[in-house]
Amino acid sequence: MTTEPLAARPKKVRNFALLSNRAGGAFLLPAGLLVSVFVIFPFFWVIFVSFTNRTLLGRTALNPEFVGLANYLTLFDPATFFQRGQFGFSLILTTQFVLCSALLGQALLGLVLAWLIQTVPPAVKRMVETFVIGAWILPEVVIGFAWFAFLDRDAGTLNMLLKSVGLPPGDFLLQHPFWVIVVFNTWRGAAFSMMLFNSAFASIPPSYFQAADVAGASSFQKFRDIGLPLIRGHIVTDLILITMWTFNVFTPFLLTNGGPSYRTELVSIYNYRVAFQDFQFGKGAAVGVIMMLINLAFALVYLSIGKKKAAQS
Amino acid sequence: MKKISFPALFSRIAFSGLAAIIGAAFALPLVWFLFAPFNARAELGLALPDPWTLSNFATVFGNGFAMQALWNSLIQAVGGVILVGAAATLAAYALSRSSLPAKGAVTYILLLFSSVVSGTAAMVPIFLIVSAAGLMDTHIAVILTFAGGLLPTAMFILRDFIDGIPKSYEESAMVAGASPVQAFFDVALPVIRPGIVVVVVWAFVNIWGSFLIPFILLRSSQNMPAAVAIYSFYSEAGTPVVTLLAAYSLIYSLPVIGLYLFVSWKFGFRFFGGIKA
Repeated sequence: MTTEPLAARPKKVRNFALLSNRAGGAFLLPAGLLVSVFVIFPFFWVIFVSFTNRTLLGRTALNPEFVGLANYLTLFDPATFFQRGQFGFSLILTTQFVLCSALLGQALLGLVLAWLIQTVPPAVKRMVETFVIGAWILPEVVIGFAWFAFLDRDAGTLNMLLKSVGLPPGDFLLQHPFWVIVVFNTWRGAAFSMMLFNSAFASIPPSYFQAADVAGASSFQKFRDIGLPLIRGHIVTDLILITMWTFNVFTPFLLTNGGPSYRTELVSIYNYRVAFQDFQFGKGAAVGVIMMLINLAFALVYLSIGKKKAAQS
Repeated sequence: MKKISFPALFSRIAFSGLAAIIGAAFALPLVWFLFAPFNARAELGLALPDPWTLSNFATVFGNGFAMQALWNSLIQAVGGVILVGAAATLAAYALSRSSLPAKGAVTYILLLFSSVVSGTAAMVPIFLIVSAAGLMDTHIAVILTFAGGLLPTAMFILRDFIDGIPKSYEESAMVAGASPVQAFFDVALPVIRPGIVVVVVWAFVNIWGSFLIPFILLRSSQNMPAAVAIYSFYSEAGTPVVTLLAAYSLIYSLPVIGLYLFVSWKFGFRFFGGIKA
């Protein structure tokens, strides 16, 4: 009688797993291989290539030479750094792009939209969600072409509307290309912030708002004093994620090709031009390394916040 | 219970009005797309088709290059989805159910790398790896690259999903004499299926809509997916043939729209903490 539980106990202590380590390893193998070759290996390979003068064609295509920090020194050459079409210009442009289109545009618009659709009739809510999410899920090439038509100088929908209300039409892609891609990216990505904040607001107990209603609070007061403080964590998450995505985004290329005269050449587009139009792989790799380092900084912040959250709960 | 006061009613109407205006502003750039595909004389200007016609679609279906590109999109998306779905399911199951020592570290490293190595930052090394493997200008290059890039996120989504399923299902199967592999295929897999569907749909939409990776990895027109074909139609060909392009873009968008409707009907369109590639 007494021996039975004794015999059973060690088994429980051994932390019984459904899958043996060997089977677990086998299950992990296919994904592990693919991720190693196409995600982890490129990270190290790009660092290596960035120290060479590798090109697509010619002698250095097959036998690239080690050039040390030469690629980085060219990128950060103080004489040309801030010139149009150079790395510094592109980096500053990207920073402005992230600030305007992600942090101000997407996050703020997403927050306003999420708050608005909490109270509006279901039909309005569904309409708003359909259009905002539609802008987010449609393929980027289609979106690029749609905006190309939308902004057309002679016949585009936007100029047609402007003319009909008596405002002067414009060739926006030529005159204000930067603001075009800012508005474009805000429009394209606001859905993510809206949905994140929407689900965050939905997780606040309704009784909080009912109590505020009884006290006669206005919608803005409820937003400022109840909604906003309670979703602070979600806001931080959202800001980090959309900053990373916007920093890496390539979609504006489909609308402007980085032009006119490099005025919309984000770092991602600069990287493409250096590597695949000028065929300087070494220099392109150096740009890739810098992009990855910036990504790494944001990812570490994001992961440490996630860890803190997990530790608290 | 409580009578709605006049200011409250007013603010409600103002809210609805504001929401409707923003919604309409979001729709504006796409309005042209509702009409142009059905207009045989469509130009970049907004115009009601007169008469409504399907002739643009007929022309697209008769265009060999356009059809080939759609077919290529399908090959690449389906190929990628099968790889992502199968590999992510196996890996997520291992991460959830085995007691491998480095499980936590593996997850952390994957999460880190998947957000650091974006497609735009890694285009040079990916090009060089594919080129060194002799896979330039092949479907398999695009399929493998997407599978690798999408797998980390797919694994997180599925691992969370599997973590939420009680272990007792498989445990009782194993008590009844099933091997771990049998428990996986016959007991766990059917329960995980909704999670796999979500991952598969997400991966399909991602690959189907992506432009950059096929753009740099493919050279010949017989391998080009529709995304690259549409771009070359409107960027290289001088004045684009707007009628064809509008109809073609609509056809190309249909699977994405269909899958969105399917997901929101079946699961309610929630989104997962995943990272859009």
